[in-house]
Order: sequence, then C-alpha cells, then structure tokens
Amino acid sequence: MNPFSSGTRLRDMIKAIRACKTAAEERAVVRKECAAIRSSISENDQDYSHRNIAKLMFIHMLGYPTHFGQMECLKLIASAGFPEKRIGYLGLMLLLDERQEVLMLVTNSLKQDLGHTNQYIVGLALCALGNICSAEMARDLAPEVERLLLTRDPNIKKKAALCSIRIIRKVPDLAENFSSPATSLLKEKHHGVLIAGVQLCTDLCKVSEDASNHLRKNCTEGLVRILKDICNSPYAPEYDIAGITDPFLHIRVLRLLRMLGHGDADTSEYINDILAQVASKTESNKNAGNAILYECVETIMGIEATSGLRVLAINILGRFLSNRDNNIRYVALNMLMKAISVDSQAVQRHRTTILECVKDSDASIRKRALELVFLLVNDTNAKPLTKELIDYLEVSDQDFKGDLTSKICSIIEKFSQEKKWYIDQMVKVLSLAGNYVKDNVWHALIVAISNAPDLQGYSVRSLYKAFQLSSEQVSLVQVTIWCIGEYGEMLVNNVGVLQVEEPMTVTESDAVDVLESCLTHHSTDITTQSMCLIALLKLSSRFPPSSGRVKEIITTHIGSVVLELQQRAIEFNSIIQRHQNIKSSLVERMPVLDESTFISKRAGSSQANISTEKSNQQLPSGASLKLSNGVAKPAASPLVDLLDLSLDDTPVPTSTSNDFLHDLLDVGLTNSSSSASGTDILMDLLSIGTPVQSNTTPENGSSIKAKPNTATVQVVDLLDGLASNGSHPGAQSPVHPSITAYQSSTLKITFSFTKQPDKPQVTQIHATFMNLSSEAYTDFIFQAAVPKFIQLHLDPANSNHLPASGNGRITQTFTITNTQHGQKPLAMRIRIAYKVSNQERLEQGQINNFPPGL
Amino acid sequence: MGIRFVLLVNKQGQTRLAQYYAEHLTLDERRALEGEIVRKCLARTEQQCSFVEHRNYKIVYRRYASLFFLVGVDNDEQMEYTYCGSFTHGRSKQFSSVIAYVAMGAVVDVIAYVNELAILEFIHLFVETMDRHFGNVCELDIMFHLEKAHFMLEEMVMNGCIVETSKSNILAPIQLMEKAS
Repeated sequence: MNPFSSGTRLRDMIKAIRACKTAAEERAVVRKECAAIRSSISENDQDYSHRNIAKLMFIHMLGYPTHFGQMECLKLIASAGFPEKRIGYLGLMLLLDERQEVLMLVTNSLKQDLGHTNQYIVGLALCALGNICSAEMARDLAPEVERLLLTRDPNIKKKAALCSIRIIRKVPDLAENFSSPATSLLKEKHHGVLIAGVQLCTDLCKVSEDASNHLRKNCTEGLVRILKDICNSPYAPEYDIAGITDPFLHIRVLRLLRMLGHGDADTSEYINDILAQVASKTESNKNAGNAILYECVETIMGIEATSGLRVLAINILGRFLSNRDNNIRYVALNMLMKAISVDSQAVQRHRTTILECVKDSDASIRKRALELVFLLVNDTNAKPLTKELIDYLEVSDQDFKGDLTSKICSIIEKFSQEKKWYIDQMVKVLSLAGNYVKDNVWHALIVAISNAPDLQGYSVRSLYKAFQLSSEQVSLVQVTIWCIGEYGEMLVNNVGVLQVEEPMTVTESDAVDVLESCLTHHSTDITTQSMCLIALLKLSSRFPPSSGRVKEIITTHIGSVVLELQQRAIEFNSIIQRHQNIKSSLVERMPVLDESTFISKRAGSSQANISTEKSNQQLPSGASLKLSNGVAKPAASPLVDLLDLSLDDTPVPTSTSNDFLHDLLDVGLTNSSSSASGTDILMDLLSIGTPVQSNTTPENGSSIKAKPNTATVQVVDLLDGLASNGSHPGAQSPVHPSITAYQSSTLKITFSFTKQPDKPQVTQIHATFMNLSSEAYTDFIFQAAVPKFIQLHLDPANSNHLPASGNGRITQTFTITNTQHGQKPLAMRIRIAYKVSNQERLEQGQINNFPPGL
Repeated sequence: MGIRFVLLVNKQGQTRLAQYYAEHLTLDERRALEGEIVRKCLARTEQQCSFVEHRNYKIVYRRYASLFFLVGVDNDEQMEYTYCGSFTHGRSKQFSSVIAYVAMGAVVDVIAYVNELAILEFIHLFVETMDRHFGNVCELDIMFHLEKAHFMLEEMVMNGCIVETSKSNILAPIQLMEKAS
C-alpha cells in the first residue's frame, strides 16, 4: 500500500491545520494532504474514499481547489451503503456546481435513488437534486419528483416540494404539471410540508399567471385557515419560538397571501380580517413576533387593503421606528420607504424620528434613513429638512459625508425656489464638505451665479466670507476663485448689497491676497492654480493699481516646473507687458452661461438640439478669435474640428485685435511643446479654464468653460463627457478582460467588452455563443434581464442557427448603460431558448462575474 | 430565492462552514467575497443592527461567542429585474434596433424582498439545533464535525428556502445514522 494513502485521519488533519502558525504552513499541510488524497483516489482505495471526501470538504471550505475529488463523489453516490451515499451527496453539493460536466454523469444515479425503497436515500437524492439540478436534469427527472410529491411520507413530500421549486425555476414550462399537487400540499398538517408547499405555491405564482389564478381561486380559503390555526393554536413545543407557533410558517403564508391579494380586490377583502387579527394580536416584545408583524405590514401594503388596515400597518411601523432595537428600526425604515408610495402623508408624520435616524451611529441605519429622507422631501419641507441635514453635515462621520453631501446637493438643486436660498445653501455645503462635492454640482452653482446678475455681488461676498473661514475645501476654493476673477470689483465696491447683508470692506489687495494665498498654498492642485492665474489676470485689468503686484505674482510662475502653469504664466505675462491695449477686452467678464444647455447636458440627454444660430448670437467677441484660431492651427484635437465646422456657417468678423492675438498665439506655439496649445491658450484666455496635462487638455477642462464659447452643442457634449470622466480617475478606457459569462454542458457564452472612454457608464458587450453538444440548435434566442438601474439595448444576433460541437458561433452585440456606474456592479440574468431536433430547450443563468469598473 | 449563502466565521476571520445556494462563484471570488464580508461585519459593534448591505447581497449576521453566523440574502433593490427580449434575427438593419427593443413583459416581483428578522430567527434556530445535538456547541464541535453541521443545514435549508423548523425533525436522520454506525 502507498505510504501516503494510509494518510492521517480527518481529525488529525484538522488538528494539523489548526496548529499552523502561518498561511505558508497551512498551504504546505494542505498540499501534502491533497497529494495523499490524489494517490489514494488513483489507487482506487475504497476504504478511504469516505474519509477523503470529508477531508476535501474541509479543504474546500478553506478555499483550496478540490476538483480532483469530484469523480470520487460520484463513486460514493453510486455505492450501496447509506453513509457513503450521504457523504457522496454532500460532497456533490459542495464541490460541484451546475456548470460542470460531471453533473451529467450523476443524473442516472439520482434517478435510481429517487426510486429507492429506503426513504432516507430518496430524501438525499431529492435534496441534492433540489440544490444542484440544471435545466436538463429538471426535464429528465421532473416526473419522478412529481410522483414523490404524492407519497405519504412527510419528509419526502417536503423535499419533493422544494425540489419542484428548483425545477420550475429552471424550466418554467413545467409549472402547470405541479400546480395541482402543490394545492393538495396545503391541506397537510405537517409544518415542514406546509412551509414547503406554501413556498412552492409562491414560486408557481411567480412563473405562471395561470397557476396564480388557479391558486387564488382554490387556495385562499385554505391559507387563511392555516394562518388562523397557527395564530390560535395552543402551545406547541416543537414549533414554538418565543411563545409564537412557527413564525416561519406565518411568514410564508403571509407572503403567499400577498402574492394572491396583489391587485385583486376580492381576495384582498377576503383576507382583510385575518390580517387585522395577525397585526393586532401578535406580540411585539420578541424578535419572532416582530418578524411576523413586519411581514404582515408588508402584506397589507402589498394588497388592496382597506384604509383602516393601512392605518394599523403604519402605526406598527411607527412603533418599530421608536423601538430601541436597531434591527427593528432598520426594518422599519426599509418598510417606510415602500409605504411612501401607498400613503406618503402617514410617513411624513414620522419625519422627525427618521431625521434622528440619519444621525444614528450605525452606518446601515444612517444609509437607509438618508434614502428615506430624500424621498420625503417636498416643496413645503425642503427648507427645514435641508437645514437639519446641513447642520448634521458638520458633525457627521468622514465616511458618511460623501453620501450625505450628494443627497443634500440634489435636494437643494431639486427644490430651490429662489436663487438666493440655493446660493446660500450651496455655499454652506461647500464650506462644510467642499471636498465631497461632485464637480458637476459646483459647476451648476457657477452657472446659476452667472445667470443671476442681481446676486453676483452677494455671491462673491458670501463666498469670500466662507473662504476666510474654511480654505481647505477644494471646491469652495475653486468657486471662490472663479467668482473673484469674474466679479472682483463687486466684492470691493460692494455692488448690489442686499438688505440682509452685513456691510464689509474688502480692499483690492485683499482680493489679490486670496488668490495669491491659494496659488502658493502647498495643497492646491494644478487646476486650482491655473484658475488662480486666470483670475489674477482678470483682476489686473479690473484693479489697475494692483496690476503691478499681479504681474509680480505671475512672473514668479514663469519658472514653474509644471508645464501648464509655466505656459500660462508666460502668456499672461506677455499680455500684461506688451498688449495693454487689448487686455481689457481680452479679459472681459464671461458671458452669461447658458443654463438650459448645462442642465440638459447634465441630465445626460445626448440629443439636445439647440440651434447653432442661437448660441452664435450669444457669442462674444471671443468667438471670432477662437474661430480664427481654428483655422490657424487645425490640430488633431476634436475641438478644433468642431470649431472648423462652425466656421462654415459663421462669418468671421475681423477685428483689429485678431491680428494681435495671432501674434500672441504664434509666440505661445513656438514656446510650447504641447501639441494642443493653440486651442488651449484660447480657451484659457476666454474662460476660467481648468487645464490638465497630456493631450486630452482641451477636453478635460471644466465643462463650464466651453459652454458659452462653443457654437455647437456637440462640443459641449464632448467636454461634458470628459469632465465627468475626470471624477472617476482611472476610468479612462481601461481594458476589460473577456469573461465566460455562462457555461453549461451544452452551451458556452463568452462576453467581451468595449467602452468608449468618454462614456464610462456605457459598455458594449459582444456575446459569443458556442454549442458544446453534438446536436445543432435552431431558433436560438438569447434574452437578458438587468436590474432597474441598468439600461439594456440588444442588437439582433447574426444568426439563429448554432451548429453542433462548437463548429460555428452566433455573435450578438448589446449595449448596457449602468446609471449607477462606480456605485453598483453590473448584474444580468440571461435566458436562452433554442430547439434541438424540434424540441424546445431553455437555459437560464445569472452573470455576476463582470469585471469591476463596468 | 431567499438565502444565497450561509457562512460561519470565527473572530479571526477564518471560515468554519460555508454553503452556497444557486451561486456560481469561483474559488477566488468566494475567498474575496468572504474576506470582504467578514471584514465589514467584524468591524461593527454589538449595538449596531445586524444587517449589512454588500454588493448585491444583504447580509444578516449574528454573533455567538467567538463565532459569527452570516446569512447572505438577495438585496431587494437588485431583484427588480425586467425581462426584455429581442429577435435574434434582425429583418433589416435599419429596423433592427427598434424591433430589438421589445419588452417581453415585466416580471414584477412583489415578494422579492426577504424578511431580515425571520433570517435572524433562522440563525438562532440553527444554533439551537446544533446546541441540542452537540450540547453547548462550540467552534471546535463544528470544525471536527463539519459534515454533521452540513447535514443539519441541509435538513433546514434547501436551495435557499427554509424547509424544516422543528429541531427534532431536523435531527432525526442524523441521530438515526449515528445509531446505525
């Protein structure tokens, strides 16, 4: 005998693994054991195969590969003794899954065991089938299971019922065969059978409309009786949990009643009484009772209940919400979210309590509560709620600030009725959590300020004040810089003071101080620094006395190691030194930013069609400069292309300043090695410009800067896409590996992915289908289902005929838009229908192995 | 569907029992998932609620001495799937995209969510059952009798659904087998 195969006992192996101090030691022990098991298997050592599988189960649990034991499981299943079969089936369920071909081999053993005389062996086979059966096995073995549903032994019945669930999920067509046996299960007394039977009925309702009508007609009464019996039953020690008889059965029945009562007035009326009884009688001092109440509330919300019953349900939720136990509060919040659509007034009554939950120390509760609050906001309560949330923002946890900020921002944007309130709240949020504010949110603020001429002075002053208090918040700093650059003189001269404002004196040099401090602050990034330079240039023309100082500051950056800053500094310096006569017109205030374009772009509607002419009318003198530049340097940049396009329908007004600018640009071009500098500098001159290194420079800037200048919507589109891209670093056209999305013994599906770098949420998937069986498939149809946050668009496949044994492929392309890109991973369920020699087949699966970042 | 997996993990984060239902994860994915979940749950305090959302699961967990019992269930948001099918054979190219976007009918799932409190109760029932069998069950009992723990779980849960809630019914086959050997 092989010295290995005698091996250690299971107990000794576990002890040895436990004794390991490091992962490496553990690996060594496992490797040794695996070697022993392998050799034992290859020697066909019957005495130890039982133990080997037990060991492999343990090794599998630790996360090591154990595929070599699969065949051994099959051998054990085929053996005669019960203990061997027992461990064999367990191994089968743990070590195998549906995708593996080995499963094909087990069908026969299963069939034999389903017909075995020993009830325990039948039970084993049913259990295994219920856990692992594939669509094919379901078809083959469904008649056996149907027969077993009608046996007398309750243990077999309940297992057969659950097995049927798996079968009808795999092959929904088989549902009709099961609906009458399922109905008869509900007449049983044994709780296990009842639970399984109710569960089977629930699943039948899900897959088939006919079955649910059938059940509605024949079972409602029986279900109500079951519920009544268990509600009123005397103490039953076997099923008692905290004084309640079998809460699990309660819950199952309530759930099935919900399915039957959903959208059906008669059934709903019929079950009203029993629901009222459960809701009022169940004790709520133990978890089990609360679980029933929770389910009962859910059912009341789900059916066409009377208003009295609904009030009862909402009151239960109110009680849950004020419960000390966090678990209960969590489910209450969960439930209230669903109750909003039924009765939002009733939920509003609990607003204060819910708001308290947002401040809870428990992250799960906070998250739920915040989502609920967000749903509760309406025009009347937006202001007090926002105030509460902003107050809390100050003291909230760091890791909660991101969520909280984004929710507050969307509330502010959605419910602002007056601009001043909007600006006030945004400034508050920016100064409390500016680092968490998304780029497009503060871009929107700038657009709003630019559209409110009477509030510009006020805005720049409040930003200035906020900046003095919290200069660490990046987005606050950026908005402040932009506003000081644009409206600096309003800050200094106190233009447009509102009555509520406290008077303040800001001198010109104070304003320049702000910019200088930002520019030199160690933590400032390049974008902010570039914005500072532009703001300084603008100030130098608005405050002629400070112009000397501005020049000095700019000059210090001529030697900057950052190319972008250096270039700007040099260009601006030459504007100040040599082109005083055009400076004032160059740095004129930005034109009013087009709000509607911005909003429609943000909403992501790519087909917004704003006429070019309209935008052209709004173009300031800058437009002509820019267009001329498009001609002067037709670089490969897409922006230039687009500008070229717009050139065709816009006559270029020639002005004297044009020539100067040409000169200037020429200088800039020869000085710089950046390929896109031509357009870049223009963008800079014209706007707030947030440049980024590399060749994506013109696109990557803030989306606002381009808006007023660009004549065509496409340009805006382009810029927007990339701006949002910037907020997901690393998301720029990464290469996603292809995956095997689905594989059964008959079919293999692979997905490969392509992504456009400017649209991170959109993924194009090329699916390839391969037939692994020996028969050709016809009428091949692929269907896919995705969760609500994903949009799916299927293109037609190239064929519906799939030749046998991988001799041909079908390819199909589809596009997926993940609206919660970066927050939620892709998920997809698939269903494939085809015919094999005129017999219909159906396969289903779920794909969870999408590469991250899609 | 209900239960997607049952995990037993000790305070050090070592898996002591793992059972997945209708879930096709590779070994690496499984290890990663277990690691992530365990890190998340271990970090929480006793006072915090027993529910954690992670990826497309909601995890209901409960701690008994040094052992954590974690049950993963479907997160209801994720369950609202809508089926949409397409003609595999586009008739003509310019039509195809319109035709392909035919919804086959929405599968509205009124029961798509899971009763978290019931899952908590289920965990407790599982522990009580093991208690009855092993007598004051501890981590080592489960380690050295892994197959028995699995047998019990198998009697209680099949394909993600709870089948049996009576302790003596659950234990009957196991005791029979012990008597026989």
